[in-house]
Parts: sequence; C-alpha cells; structure tokens
Amino acid sequence: MKTFILQPLTTATLVLILTTPISGLVLNGYDFNLKWQPPLLLALTAFFLHLGLMILNRRTTQKKSASSQKTSHHPAWPRLATILLPLLGLILPFLLGKYWLTIAILALIYILLGLGLNIVVGLAGMLDLGFVAFYAVGAYGFALGQEYLGLSFWAAIPLGAVLAATFGVILGFPVLRMHGDYLAIVTLGFGEIIRLVLNNWITFTGGPNGVRVDFPTLFGLEFSRHAKQGGTPLHEFLGIDYSSNHRYLFLYLTLFLVVLATIFLITRLKRMPLGRAWEALREDETACRSLGINHVTVKLSAFALGAMTGGIGGVFFAVSQGFVNPTSFTFHESALILAIVVLGGLGSIPGVISAAIIVTVLPELLRDFSDYRILIFGLAMVGMMIWRPQGLVRTTRPVFQGL
Amino acid sequence: MGERTSLAQPLLALQEVSSHYGPVRALDRISLTVNAGEIVTLIGANGAGKSTLLMTLFGNPRASHGQILFAGQDITHLPTHRISPLGLALVPEGRRIFPGMTVLENIALGHTALGNHRQGPSLDFLYTHFPILKERQRQKAGTLSGGEQQMLAIARALMSQPRLLLLDEPSLGLAPMMIRKIFALIRSLVQSGIQSGVQPETAVFLVEQNAHQALQIADRGYVLVNGTIRLTGTGHDLLNNPEVKHAYLGTLV
Repeated sequence: MKTFILQPLTTATLVLILTTPISGLVLNGYDFNLKWQPPLLLALTAFFLHLGLMILNRRTTQKKSASSQKTSHHPAWPRLATILLPLLGLILPFLLGKYWLTIAILALIYILLGLGLNIVVGLAGMLDLGFVAFYAVGAYGFALGQEYLGLSFWAAIPLGAVLAATFGVILGFPVLRMHGDYLAIVTLGFGEIIRLVLNNWITFTGGPNGVRVDFPTLFGLEFSRHAKQGGTPLHEFLGIDYSSNHRYLFLYLTLFLVVLATIFLITRLKRMPLGRAWEALREDETACRSLGINHVTVKLSAFALGAMTGGIGGVFFAVSQGFVNPTSFTFHESALILAIVVLGGLGSIPGVISAAIIVTVLPELLRDFSDYRILIFGLAMVGMMIWRPQGLVRTTRPVFQGL
Repeated sequence: MGERTSLAQPLLALQEVSSHYGPVRALDRISLTVNAGEIVTLIGANGAGKSTLLMTLFGNPRASHGQILFAGQDITHLPTHRISPLGLALVPEGRRIFPGMTVLENIALGHTALGNHRQGPSLDFLYTHFPILKERQRQKAGTLSGGEQQMLAIARALMSQPRLLLLDEPSLGLAPMMIRKIFALIRSLVQSGIQSGVQPETAVFLVEQNAHQALQIADRGYVLVNGTIRLTGTGHDLLNNPEVKHAYLGTLV
C-alpha cells in the first residue's frame, strides 16, 4: 500500500521539478514572475495518472496469475483504450480552436507518415532515410493532378496512394539486395532526387514557387463563406453560421477516419502471414528464403504499403496547407518521421501514435523556448536511447492463435 | 534398409555438382543420392564443404556445374524460395530461428512453403514430439536454450511436411545429453513416419561433424573431404572403417 502512494508521489515531484521552469515562470519584460498553478496542476495529473496505471496494472497482473492457463492474454485496458481513444479523437476537434485544430491535423498527418515508415523500418527492418520522397509524391501528385488534370481531392486519395506505391516499388527494386547502411544511403539519395527534381523542373512543378492547392468540396458543397459560380456553401446548406473552423473540422474528421482505417489495416496485416513474413525477413533473410518465403515480393510489398501510407499523408498535407513547395520535403522531414518511429518503439503502433503527437504538439507548447527546441529534442532522443531503447511503447506482438 | 533396388528413383540425386564462392571452389563434382525413407549422413571436417552442399541445394550459392534432381525434377536453377515448396526442408546450421518472434510464430512460418491451401502437420502432432515447445509456445524464441532452439528449428522444418528433411549439424553447441535426445528424436521421427503415417517415406539427410552418433543412426553415409566425396558405405561399415575411425572417431579402440 505504501508503494501505491510513494511511487506516484515521486512521479509528481519529478514532474513538478521538471515543469516549473517551463510552465511556472512567466516572463514580464526583463523580469519574471513565478506562477504555481500550472506546474501544480501538471504534477497532480501525473500523480493520478501514475496511481491509475498502477491500479490497472495490478488488476491485470492479478487476472493473469489467476487465469494463466486460460487464453485471456489480452489485458482489459488496451481493449478499453481501443474503444475510448477513437471516441476521444472524434470529440476532440469540436473542443479545439482553429490554431489547435491545425496542429491536430498536422499531428494526424505525422501519425500517418509514422505508420507508413513503421512498416518499412519497424516491421520489415529496412532503414529508409528518404521516406519524405513518398510524402512529396503524394502531395505533388495531388497538387499537379489538380493543376493539370482537374483531379479532385476524393480521387486524389486513392490515386496518390497508388502513385506513391509505384514509386515505392521503383525504389524497392534496386535496393532488394541491400541492407543496413547501404540501404540507408540509397534511400537518402532517393529522397533528395525527388526533392531536387521538384525544385528544378520549373516548367512542370513550378520549382521553388510551388503549386497552389484548392480546398476540396464535400458532395459539391463548398467550405467558403460565399460560394463560387453558383455552388452552395456548406454552412448555408446546413443552415448554420459560417465559421472558418468548418473546413479544418472536415479535414480533421476525414483524416481521422483515414488514420483509423490505416491502423486497422496494419494491425490486421501484422497478424497475417505477410506481416509475419516482414518480421521474419527482418530477423533472418537467408532462413526465410530457405523456408520458401519470396523475399522479393515481401520486401516490395513493405515498400509499397509504406509508401502508400506516406502518399496519402502527402495528399492531406497538400490540402491542409493549400500550397506545396519543395522546402516541405527536405531530409529534415525524413529524419523527423524516423525519429517518430524510433521514439515510439520500432514496430509499435501505439508508440508511433504517441510519438507523433509528442513531436508535433510539444514544440507548440514550448513555443517560448523555440530557440532551444532542437536542443531539447536532441537531449530527449539521447535520453530515450539510454533509458528506453525500445521506445515509448514496447511492441506487444499480436498473439498468434493457432493454425 | 541399406541399398535399395535401383529401379526406384532416388528422392534426391546430385550429379557431379560443383559450386564456388567467387574463385574458390568449395565443392568438386559431388555425386550422391538419398532414397525415400532413408537416413543418409554426410560427415566431414570443418571447411570440408558440408554446409555449402546444403546451401547449394537451395541455390545459394548456385551450383556452377552438374545437376541437382529432387524426385526427378531438376532444381539446379530454381529460385531459392521455390525449392522448399517441393518438399525439402532445411534445419540450418546454427538453427537460425527468428529470435524476436514467439515459438508459435516460428512454427507457423514453417508452414509458408505449403501455401494457403495445403494442410501441414497438426500442432498436436508436433507437440507430442516436442512437448517442451508447447510449454514455451508464447515465449520469444530467442529466450529458449540451445537444445530447445534446435527442437524449434526441427519443428519449424517439419511444418512444411517435407519429403526430405535436411539437418545441418543439429548437434552444434549442444550438451552431450541434448545431442543424444535430438538424435533419438530424429530416428523416432523417421520410424514413426514424420507425418504420423501420412507420408511415411520421408528421408533425412543429416550433415554432421559428430560422426559417431550420426553414423549410428544412418542407413548410409558419405565422407566429404576438401569438397570431394572420399568414402561411402552403410553407416555400420563406415563406423568400422579404419580411415574414418582414424580421422573422426579417434584411433583408441
């Protein structure tokens, strides 16, 4: 019982020490004031979170020891979380202002990108440093498709996915025999090639000037205050007041559904023979081939599916920004996405999600410290590798139930 | 069993097979056969080319000369992943199980060669031969002991319901007691028919440095020296052959 108070108390104290300089000090000209409410609130939250986790943990371990012979290998709380978290995600945008809504959209895009790269790096074990290429292919695929062919957003989602998957296979073929460092360098080069082509093929891509992207319509309804050319704006159709939040709400909800579908797909894939083949290939390629696994199709499918997810992320990025240009697709992006996958824990879907949220939301919270953002990020990475090398959320392998 | 009537087609036949690692010749015109239902062993010292021979069967490295026939089909130039579906299963040297995956997942991966439509041996069958794997089925394979990993590697190979089971030094790095256990297991597997009656004609090709134990359970044996077959005969004959005794078993008798 003592530990039940002591451990959360330690956590709370640590949180207090850590967050007081960040959230408690308020700059006032050249002076600063100390505010106690925010850090205390954070510490209190940490206390109860820890306490709650401990109680949950104890309950599940008790259950496990009670029925270790039975098949209840799924503790109750992840199942509860899979119902509650999506609900929370659906309610969340209605509570957010425009500013936080755009950040939430960005976080969802990074979740999508992280999930895509997670297939390639986390599951199939191929270090890809040029993942941004597929993001760019998706974004530019939509932007240029709209510019030249009048492609709509709804058609761009599947087409962007297919286009990016094709690029994934194109990259996959030459690197089939490569591993580790060599693979990393080739993929790095591929990412740069795509960016440089976008930057320099001025007649087609507009070069550094970028391409404008129109906001999509929902069943022909527009999101603007006044409809162009006789269309109906959504707010008039629904009979509600115009709000500039609507378009972001729409984008958030669409993206949210796409992310949910992706998560569902990847969880299924992990349990299927293809998913197991990815992981087996990561562990021992020679053994895999002797077992009759075709390493060519398995590797290419990982590249294609990863790229596909990245491409869809790109389409949404283009829409949310209303504009694409090559500076959004530098190596820095690739590194950030890789950081999400590594931070979250290679192969872990909940890990990728939480890491993507942390990586996008934390810099916004720490805006006052923006000069030190990269420094803090670097320190966090170093700390992670020392104390939690397996990532925020350890991979829990789907339990294989039988043949 | 010993020699069979030559009318029956051998399950596996190597005809003058050579293979190279770059310019280095590892195998020099090897010819050997394995018949259905036989245990055949290949013994040889370190670097004689034993593992290379098994790898060459799987096209990695590919044979530079000669022909490999499995059940009459030429498999010399088949891609690696197409070979095990024909009915060959390899238990590789050093086991090469997938350490980060659970025991059950490792076993399931052995089923790959059969594709989605063919039924392999049941888990119950595997667990009667490998009771320890049942206890450990949800454990990560990397946490198993050496002997348990070897059993897992064999179980994984059996999942593809092979007509020919290829074992590469199953005794490697194991305690003598575990080695005896593994060898007894191999023998009982063949005697009971690997698929418990479904396919009783399964053959075993056992590559070993542990010549004494390997020859004891083998119907026939080959001795590989520097990439060529030096001797061949029944297991019993080779055990009593003075050259083999001198080279592999020690002359103290």
